[in-house]
Amino acid sequence: MADTSLLKLEEDESIAAASRRLGMSRREFLQFCAAMSATLGLPQGAEAAMAGAVAAKKRPSVIWLHFQECTGCTESILRAEHPTLEKLILDVISLDYHETLFAAAGHQVEAARHAAMKANKGQYLLVVEGAIPTRDGGIYCKIGGKTAIELLNECAADAAAVIAIGSCASWGGMPSTDPNPTGATGVSKVLGKPVVTIPGCPPNPYNFLSTVVHFLTFGSLPPVDELGRPKFAYSRLVHENCERRAHFDAGRFAMDFGDEGHRKGYCLYKLGCKGPETYANCPTVLFGDAGGGTWPVGCGHPCIGCTEEGVGFQKPIHMVAKLKNIEPPLQYPRIVEEKGTGATLGSAAVLAAVAGAAAGAGAMVAKNLGLSHQAEEAEREKERARSSEKAGV
Amino acid sequence: MSRQNSSAAPVQHGAPAPVGGSLTNAATLVSGVLVAVMAAILIVRFVFGLGAVTNLNDGYPWGIWVVVDVVIGSAFACGGFSVAMLVYIFNKGEYHPLVRPALLASLFGYTLAGVGVIFDLGRWWNFWHIFWPGYANPNSVMFEVALCISAYIVVMWLEFSPTFFEKFGMAGAKKKLNKVLFFLVALGTVLPMMHQSSLGTLLVVMGVQINPLWQTQLLPLLFLLTAISIGYGVVLFESCVAASAYRRSIETHLLQPLARVMLGFLAFYLVVRFGDLVWRGALGEAFKPTVVALAFWIENALFVAPFLIVGSAGARRNPARLFLAGVALMLGGVFLRLNGFLIGYDTGPGWNYFPSVPELLVTIGMFAIEVLGYIIITRRFPVLPREVQPSRA
Repeated sequence: MADTSLLKLEEDESIAAASRRLGMSRREFLQFCAAMSATLGLPQGAEAAMAGAVAAKKRPSVIWLHFQECTGCTESILRAEHPTLEKLILDVISLDYHETLFAAAGHQVEAARHAAMKANKGQYLLVVEGAIPTRDGGIYCKIGGKTAIELLNECAADAAAVIAIGSCASWGGMPSTDPNPTGATGVSKVLGKPVVTIPGCPPNPYNFLSTVVHFLTFGSLPPVDELGRPKFAYSRLVHENCERRAHFDAGRFAMDFGDEGHRKGYCLYKLGCKGPETYANCPTVLFGDAGGGTWPVGCGHPCIGCTEEGVGFQKPIHMVAKLKNIEPPLQYPRIVEEKGTGATLGSAAVLAAVAGAAAGAGAMVAKNLGLSHQAEEAEREKERARSSEKAGV
Repeated sequence: MSRQNSSAAPVQHGAPAPVGGSLTNAATLVSGVLVAVMAAILIVRFVFGLGAVTNLNDGYPWGIWVVVDVVIGSAFACGGFSVAMLVYIFNKGEYHPLVRPALLASLFGYTLAGVGVIFDLGRWWNFWHIFWPGYANPNSVMFEVALCISAYIVVMWLEFSPTFFEKFGMAGAKKKLNKVLFFLVALGTVLPMMHQSSLGTLLVVMGVQINPLWQTQLLPLLFLLTAISIGYGVVLFESCVAASAYRRSIETHLLQPLARVMLGFLAFYLVVRFGDLVWRGALGEAFKPTVVALAFWIENALFVAPFLIVGSAGARRNPARLFLAGVALMLGGVFLRLNGFLIGYDTGPGWNYFPSVPELLVTIGMFAIEVLGYIIITRRFPVLPREVQPSRA
């Protein structure tokens, strides 16, 4: 019997209030919590805890810093395909400082940041978007007269947790590609301690939301790997769950954009798809939350490996990926094997000619041997006759 | 052709001596062209693979390159083994003049069989794996055959090396080798017994794919018995052809008793062969109206033929009959092996094999190499016994 704790929550007044606030039906809200819990790989009961936390708990204060970036991460969260996702994000968190979204400007904004940090000291979440320039004392990115390094250190000092969103904040991203004139670096290197990273260019908003809801519900961030990436989203290669994987295994590859294999939806590995060396959940939750089937590989473009340091923005897009598990052979066995042809006119003729020549040669040898034998026997006969003659005389 | 007169007989068998004479004649030129054709085909085979040249398929992974060049080629090369067994094991020293020419034919047959295996290896560059202990599978029949044949090739070259020592005046080396020659001769008798029987075992492990007319646990014995008797058949054939081509006298006084030994082995073989067929109840297969049954009767007619051709002492005096008996026995051996490996081999519906023209030309080229090498070595190296040439215009 399924866990019924979630169903009981349908009668709960606080859940009803939360769903009203979010403009969704109660059922939709609970389904959403269940889906998010499943995405996180949490056990039964967690979805109820999440729904309860979203409905009742005080929203965590979030300070969102922007450094060297394109604001794509924020854009992807705001323009999420899911109609209520951005509402949910903004409802789940109390976004106290966000340069893109603030109506206010200048000293007013700085004052808001200081106020939030003071009020939620040790409890707020710090989200960093964009790489931090470190060359020449970090002068290549300043806000309110402070360098990115100073701002980051100041805000991180009293934060409950730091989340680096996007590849730039996670490991330097696009700004850190060679020759990297500004010395762009990821958050954890600047802070000198591991932080939760949600790489991607942009990352899927679900991955961010799930991380935050996990923090909200359980008071801690979800388990992460050695690079700080939440395991629920980054423990599998794109290649592993790719919808085109069967084509890879069968050796059916698109060799050129627009060729027959490409039109038939074959594997994009040979066009430079970085799925085999990129850890991300794009094939399951789809990159960018842009709607069904519209993730890059789904619409025929090779994965560029945007989440993976050393791959995204580093390797040329059409360079063949280094496979993390198995190299495909150059050739594959045919699905339907050739079963062989019978004798052809040519091969039968060659065989017959050889047999004929051998038979002829054999006959000649035998004939000659026979003739010499006859001659020998005749000689012997003559000899015998001569000797008997002699004996007779 | 030689017409001997009575004054020439009986010929004294002296030490082996080169036949001498020109190396350019019709036989060497034709052989040379055939070898060149083979070389050209083999270049295509090694650059573009087996499929480019052969009609091999998954159902018939072994074609004539294995069955004819290796299995039949090595059976034809049993002359050296059979004669050496007679001379050294049964201590019949009178056959000694036959040893060297027979050994030469064996040397060529086996060396080419060993090389021929490489043509048929899909991944021929890994051929050395079988000699590498880390790759060895001591339970494999093929492993036994490969190691045993390789060892025998080395042993035979050593056995034959006195010929080269004599030619190049290396008396010291010959003397040293003579001290250990008994050991080499012993090995040279044991090794062919091992692998000629294992060539039959190769069929045993193919199980029900082999027609019951050939599939029996006695295959190793059948292959060994035929290999030994074919060895004598080859000596008859080779002595007659050499005598005919080089206009030499025939060692009839040696070949007559040799033919009797051959018939003895053959009689034993036929008893075992038909006894086994009756005992297994497989003889019914031979009376079905099939191509396989026809091939069975041709095979056994050829094995019975020598009794009809040289059954009587008078008939054995005729070299033409000795020659034909040798040929019949060799062809019987050819059919036994072709029947077992290809004609009586059914791997399931739809599979088909008939050698392609290039495949046939390679096999023909292999035999051309043997002819060419035999002519060159007998004309230039001391192999055939020196004979007092009969007075002839």
